[in-house]
Amino acid sequence: MDIKKTPKKLNVKEKYRLMTRDLAWEPSYRDEKEIYPYVDYEGIKVHDWSKWEDPFRLTMDAYWKYQAEKERKYYAIIDAHAQNNGHLNVTDARYLTAIKLFLQGISPAEYASHRGFARVGREFAGVGPQVACQMQSIDEIRHAQTQVHAMSNYNKFYNGFKDFASQRDRIWYNSVPRSFFDDAMSAGPFEFLIAIGFSFEYVLTNLLFVPFMSGAAYNGDMATCTFGFSAQSDEARHMTLGLECIKFMLEQDPDNIPIVQKWIDKWFWRGCRLLTLVAAMMDYMLPKRVMSWREAWNIYGVENGNALFRDLARYGIKPPMHWDDVEKSIDHTSHQIMLGLYQWKFGTAFHSWTPTASDIEWLKEKYPTTFEKYYLPRWEYAIAQKEAGGEYNNFGLPKLCQVCQLPTLFTEPDDPTQLCHRETDYEGEKYHFCSDGCQHVFEQEPEKYVQAWLPMPALMQEPLKGDLAAWMEWVSLEPTAAGEYASSEDKANFEKWRKQVSTD
Amino acid sequence: MAVVANGEYKFPSRDRVENYYGHQLLFACWDHHMLMAAPFMLFGAPDQKLGDIIEQQLKPLMQPDPDFDKIDWDAIEWTKSGEPWTPDFNKTVKENGLVHKEQFRFKTPGLSTLVPPQGE
Repeated sequence: MDIKKTPKKLNVKEKYRLMTRDLAWEPSYRDEKEIYPYVDYEGIKVHDWSKWEDPFRLTMDAYWKYQAEKERKYYAIIDAHAQNNGHLNVTDARYLTAIKLFLQGISPAEYASHRGFARVGREFAGVGPQVACQMQSIDEIRHAQTQVHAMSNYNKFYNGFKDFASQRDRIWYNSVPRSFFDDAMSAGPFEFLIAIGFSFEYVLTNLLFVPFMSGAAYNGDMATCTFGFSAQSDEARHMTLGLECIKFMLEQDPDNIPIVQKWIDKWFWRGCRLLTLVAAMMDYMLPKRVMSWREAWNIYGVENGNALFRDLARYGIKPPMHWDDVEKSIDHTSHQIMLGLYQWKFGTAFHSWTPTASDIEWLKEKYPTTFEKYYLPRWEYAIAQKEAGGEYNNFGLPKLCQVCQLPTLFTEPDDPTQLCHRETDYEGEKYHFCSDGCQHVFEQEPEKYVQAWLPMPALMQEPLKGDLAAWMEWVSLEPTAAGEYASSEDKANFEKWRKQVSTD
Repeated sequence: MAVVANGEYKFPSRDRVENYYGHQLLFACWDHHMLMAAPFMLFGAPDQKLGDIIEQQLKPLMQPDPDFDKIDWDAIEWTKSGEPWTPDFNKTVKENGLVHKEQFRFKTPGLSTLVPPQGE
């Protein structure tokens, strides 16, 4: 009788070796330079790729199994949410503005990140980072997909969701996140890792994810909240990868330190400018607020950031160059951005509104030194217009920053009564910036940023030539998706349906 | 500093004046007046009278501000690229020395209904 032979079960260490490191080979008939043409030109020196430590030791088979299980649970909740009119459980329809902004600005960024990690996974010459980047790339495309699925249910009922992809490419405020990722994706593989893997995922991701996902939970949005839980373990892995990549670069060669420092300075500033939109979301768009932008910054920016840069100091890395300017801006940016979004609301694919009496009390309490003095008079002006039967709009096209692409609406770091003006002449042409941080980024690589597609100047060029009706069609913006919340179809429908449900 | 690239890296600017079919962009900022959140982008031809651009484009956009009707247009302090500057409204954009994407700023001393005066 034959004895059935059970195949020997591999231990974790052995499995990891076979399914990651062992996948590499030494090229025999092509040289390394031909296969990996992009690893040298940025100036980062790598002496030993095998020194790359993978803290998770995750292999593809385990990855699939684990993610599939999460998705099964996730889609069960999404289905239940759709079947039980989950959209009527949100606090009120103002909340939808926050997730419209998420869908137009952040979900496409997940997709961009997927493409970026797929690319750098191919470009790195070591199998450790290749495998790690491949998994992160798959995570990111899953995030984009599951977010789109979560929000597609809202698209059946409300305006402003239906064409997020065109709006991501074309509508003016979305050029802020888009240009951020385009900048990273057109950089070399090491800069991409510092930009997205380290600066964004490690230093800033909590400032993005925690507010959105706790905002969803506070405001009864089970679909988005469930996405947050599903993504949480991935985010933890991405943060660890971000930290590993910077340590790897710093430990490989001391010549790498100034290059990495330059990238940290750049991407920290760019990330903080991008997050001003999240600041406005936290302080103004959630009917039930989680915490103020100031409070979030103190926890996730200051506390975590200080610990991180203390840790990196032993490599000779200093805190990001414009850290102090960010700190000075925290009590101002959300008000400045939201006043801007409100006055340009005829051109946004989400609704905005003036703060209510209780909103105003909350803002006064959270921003005791700035809100009442500098920003309340402008809100009161807009409220008075509304009470008189009018509506405050600013039909002027704003000057945009050549780097972050936001309207140049930020004030001088030390003078909140004065807008910040910065300009640089480069090869006979003028370029404008919102801040010292953005001007510095430009001056490091002017050849790159002169190519920026800025939506306002572009509107005056061929083929639109300033035609606003043609612009609205081109960006796929229907008038029902834009404008004041108080008079929106979204508000009227939400209230009507909610009443129906409660009387049935 | 220059961009780090693995080949020649030279591309034309996206908003060069040639892309505006004989026109150009200008930016205008009313200092200490932030009801309108950012400086305005204006659009015109170099041989257009500056006064026409001010009257037809800039003034209608400034009107919502409660200080607008109180402006003494003869007492305005003008600057261009940080330097004092005296515009001549009867001359053209070009004769006023305003190149493509130039920003001019103007101060209306004493008017501060919605934004506290500087330094307060």
